Amino acid sequence: MGEVTNRLAVDLCGIALDNPVIPASGTFGYGREFAEVYDINILGTFSFKGTTKDPRLGNLTPRIAETPCGMLNAVGLQNPGVDKVIEEELPNLAKIFHKPVMANVSGFSVDDYVYTCEKLDQQPQVGWLEVNISCPNVHGGGMSFGTDPAAAAEVTRAVKAVTAKPVIVKLSPNVTDIVSIAKACEDAGADGISLINTLLGMRIDLKTRRPILANTTGGLSGPAVFPVALRMVYQVAHAVSVPVVGMGGVTTAEDVLEMMMAGAAAVEVGAANLVDPFACKKIIEDLPAAMDKYGISTLSELKG
Amino acid sequence: MKQGIYTIKENKRIADGIWKMVLAGDGTAVTAPGQFINIKLDGRFLRRPISVHDADDTSITIIYKVLGRGTEDMTSYAPGKELDVLAGLGNGFDPTASEKPLLIGGGVGIPPLYLLAKKLIAAGRSVQVVLGFNAKEDAFCIGEFEALGCKVSVASLDGSLGVKGFVTDALPSPDTYDCFYTCGPLPMLRALDGAIPAGIPGQLSFEERMGCGFGACMGCTVPVKGGYKRICKDGPVLAREEIVWEK
Repeated sequence: MGEVTNRLAVDLCGIALDNPVIPASGTFGYGREFAEVYDINILGTFSFKGTTKDPRLGNLTPRIAETPCGMLNAVGLQNPGVDKVIEEELPNLAKIFHKPVMANVSGFSVDDYVYTCEKLDQQPQVGWLEVNISCPNVHGGGMSFGTDPAAAAEVTRAVKAVTAKPVIVKLSPNVTDIVSIAKACEDAGADGISLINTLLGMRIDLKTRRPILANTTGGLSGPAVFPVALRMVYQVAHAVSVPVVGMGGVTTAEDVLEMMMAGAAAVEVGAANLVDPFACKKIIEDLPAAMDKYGISTLSELKG
Repeated sequence: MKQGIYTIKENKRIADGIWKMVLAGDGTAVTAPGQFINIKLDGRFLRRPISVHDADDTSITIIYKVLGRGTEDMTSYAPGKELDVLAGLGNGFDPTASEKPLLIGGGVGIPPLYLLAKKLIAAGRSVQVVLGFNAKEDAFCIGEFEALGCKVSVASLDGSLGVKGFVTDALPSPDTYDCFYTCGPLPMLRALDGAIPAGIPGQLSFEERMGCGFGACMGCTVPVKGGYKRICKDGPVLAREEIVWEK
């Protein structure tokens, strides 16, 4: 028998992935809860919980509200801080995940991003740094860096100066012209662009007449945002030459194919993991049949 | 946590706004009393977390209150319908923590105490139970606890059943129990913490709006002494001494 080629294999910034399926940051913790129910090494990789310089408790509850075909969250970047992630979470992760992981980083100042990225860049387990300049649920920093091309470029440039690993900048959809932000990041040295983070939204409790979320507003995700995400991935992928990681409402193998047809090199899956802990496993298992159905022999041929 | 397809065997109204559903399927997925299941409903994005009332090898029973559109949908589900369920979620109560247990349930917080009472009775404990309701019309499960052999006291806000008042008005003397287990509305839990002498340990089950129900999204995190906990994964049962009441 000849060598069996992996039809699902793709490349992301020079690192080979067995498949393009990547659980998105904030929906997969540091992998532990999912490793309890399946072998997470079947994943392309995963993007771990958004990590900041200092520990953060996050916002008050309620942090979650349901919407038609989706959900709002206002978790507010709860995480143990980069030092504890390196001391505790990464050694734990080494026991359950044996591939390069995507380190998702958030901050409240350029110095924050630099500090956290520099530390995570030195961790051998980390394959990519996903720099989140798009969190809608924190005040100061977060999304404000992702809504202005100059600020986005400044963060990108500063992080690139202290890191050797591929830097993927995660963009917010809450902007008028996402292409200008993507281009600014590319010009500042970003090795890739990922999008979209959540769309800012809110719900009101009819009984109390007050916002359901303690934070008033939150980020919308789930199938409801898929067409918006796809449109933005398409626009950005056609405007930049670095790889684009597409995400936003991806739930099925067909959604993955659609994202890749729009120009994504790899695809993140977010809210679907919260409804079905086996969502990514099912997508990976369903991909070959979906590819057959649409006459796709390898995923790498789709991109471009 | 186990994912499974469960078939509705029974789904009926047992009190005002309170429904009981029996699900046929792998009941061994429930590993402790006080755990909950998370049910996927037709046309709703997020699952609905509902505490387990009873479980055996081949079934799981839940008792739910009609609170919103999701639980309203559930009342229309007929026997024979299949549901996608995540079972065995949360830490649950520890029945081994007490020789002389007191169980206190308020309204829809009562169901998870039933499987606990069953385990305690099976372990040879004599179990005291205090149940609180708004009125006679929304009372349920009293006979079920009595049938197990528990000593049951009841309080109702309007006085139509048992002692008039709150569960705190029906508590037995503190020297008759060495630990309390409770589930109910937050004001009730807070009142119990104030009413029960500080030296008596307690296991209190909390409710919170959840995203995933299995610890991934951090949607239900609350501060506790020395850090924070996810109600869905590290809870829903918290030890009395770790609870931070200010919010």
